[in-house]
Amino acid sequence: MDAIQKELLLQVADLHEVPQGAYNLRVNGESAGRSVTENIDIVTKTDKSGIDIYIKPGTKKESVHIPVVLSQSGLTELVYNDFHIGEGADVTIVAGCGIHNCGDQKSEHDGIHTFYVGKNARVRYVEKHYASGDGTGERILNPQTIIHIEEGGRLEMDTVQIKGVDSTDRKTVADLEAGATLVIREKIMTHGKQYAKTDFVVNLNGEGCGADVVSRSVARDESKQEFLSTINGNAACSGHTECDAILMDHGSVTAVPMLSANHLDASLIHEAAIGKIAGEQIVKLMTLGLTEEEAEAQIINGFLR
Amino acid sequence: MLELKHISFAVPEEGTNQTKIILDDISLTIEDRQFVAITGPNGGGKSTLAKIIAGIERPTQGKIFYNGQDITDYSITQRAQLGIGFAFQQPVRFKGITVKDLITLAAGKKLSTSSACEYLSEVGLCARDYINREVNASLSGGELKRIEIATILARKTLLSVFDEPEAGIDLWSFSNLIRIFERMHQEPQGAIVIISHQERILNIADRIVVIAEGRVLEADEKEAILPRILDRSMECRFQK
Repeated sequence: MDAIQKELLLQVADLHEVPQGAYNLRVNGESAGRSVTENIDIVTKTDKSGIDIYIKPGTKKESVHIPVVLSQSGLTELVYNDFHIGEGADVTIVAGCGIHNCGDQKSEHDGIHTFYVGKNARVRYVEKHYASGDGTGERILNPQTIIHIEEGGRLEMDTVQIKGVDSTDRKTVADLEAGATLVIREKIMTHGKQYAKTDFVVNLNGEGCGADVVSRSVARDESKQEFLSTINGNAACSGHTECDAILMDHGSVTAVPMLSANHLDASLIHEAAIGKIAGEQIVKLMTLGLTEEEAEAQIINGFLR
Repeated sequence: MLELKHISFAVPEEGTNQTKIILDDISLTIEDRQFVAITGPNGGGKSTLAKIIAGIERPTQGKIFYNGQDITDYSITQRAQLGIGFAFQQPVRFKGITVKDLITLAAGKKLSTSSACEYLSEVGLCARDYINREVNASLSGGELKRIEIATILARKTLLSVFDEPEAGIDLWSFSNLIRIFERMHQEPQGAIVIISHQERILNIADRIVVIAEGRVLEADEKEAILPRILDRSMECRFQK
């Protein structure tokens, strides 16, 4: 890997070198390294581009890294990655995509990730998106995440897109069986003329299942964001969705939370708050000796932490 | 240390062309190491005066001198950097900023967790439970108030202004609060200005200033003024 590719890898997966445990590294559309363990197998799909990741039932404290790095301008790819997580497993999955585009042609990575979370399995899924390069070619990422959680399973998804992605359309669809839990924490910052759309649809189908979907975002410059979040309560369940956005400059944010309760014991809540940084927060930090710009930066950093 | 000369502050009155006078020709001097309590009826202009010292509000007339330097046109940041600290009456909440972040920003340098914890212990909070918590709506008013005071302690300011520090603090913590101010007062440097209605705070001040209707009603050594204030409040009680 060259220096740019290493930097992208660091940004999306916090990795300096090849990771411990199971991993699959994809660089410019091709597999650049793979490691499997006794409990985690990674198999290349034969019918389309992508991989299947099989995690054996009962696998504990193991991790899988599947970073994608694109440093070649003009590359467009569509990849299907399926995760099969066995009953009772407890694992961390780190995916992420970094694009560096110095050229004038668009670079695009569209990843479709499907999770089959087995009974009582626990998954922490971390997804980071990052782009760099000063070329005029657009850097585009359109991730789709499809989540099926069986009885008593739990998936926590941390998704972060902080820098450089020109356009993103992110779709996440989940269905939950009895006692399953889904926790989503999304963080987005857009600047320039960037556009980011996120669309969550969560179907709470089983008794006692629950979802908590929280998005925090900052829209700077002329950037635009759309946040759509739908929770369907089809059983005795609990659902909460929250969009909290800070506007700066001429940024714009649209939030459309939607709840449908189709069962008497479905308890659903949505919250949405959009506005500029509260003036008193800036004043407080200025009384500690920070300049207005420093205060603003601290507030944004904390908000998106 | 701090000299306010003929400070006035007026705001446009809503719906009319007139202005409302909040502060009217206030002159005050605070000496080095002096502990001054400002008291008086609600709506009399005390908080506005504190904000004018911190630079949050600018006077419409008058001058402010800090160690002989005219700071009337200095920003909040410039005054903070000169060593002026301000504890808000209603502390500000932040999403995502932790108690440790805030204390570190106040100290202006990297702090180890244990030294950040010391400031929390000083204000009577069990540091371990609080240090990594966000300064958000999950904290009660009293907790926020104590964290606010901890940020002033961490700053080691030369002039510390507290706007009603006792508000929202329960009785148990009140004695602790008094001890904090007494300890600050014993420090070799630093003046303290506290806006307060509490007799126990007025009682530990060197000097008391009474502000009503935007003017200094009286200002004198504590020993001279406190009995008069207490007498007046007794009268009020009987008038009810």
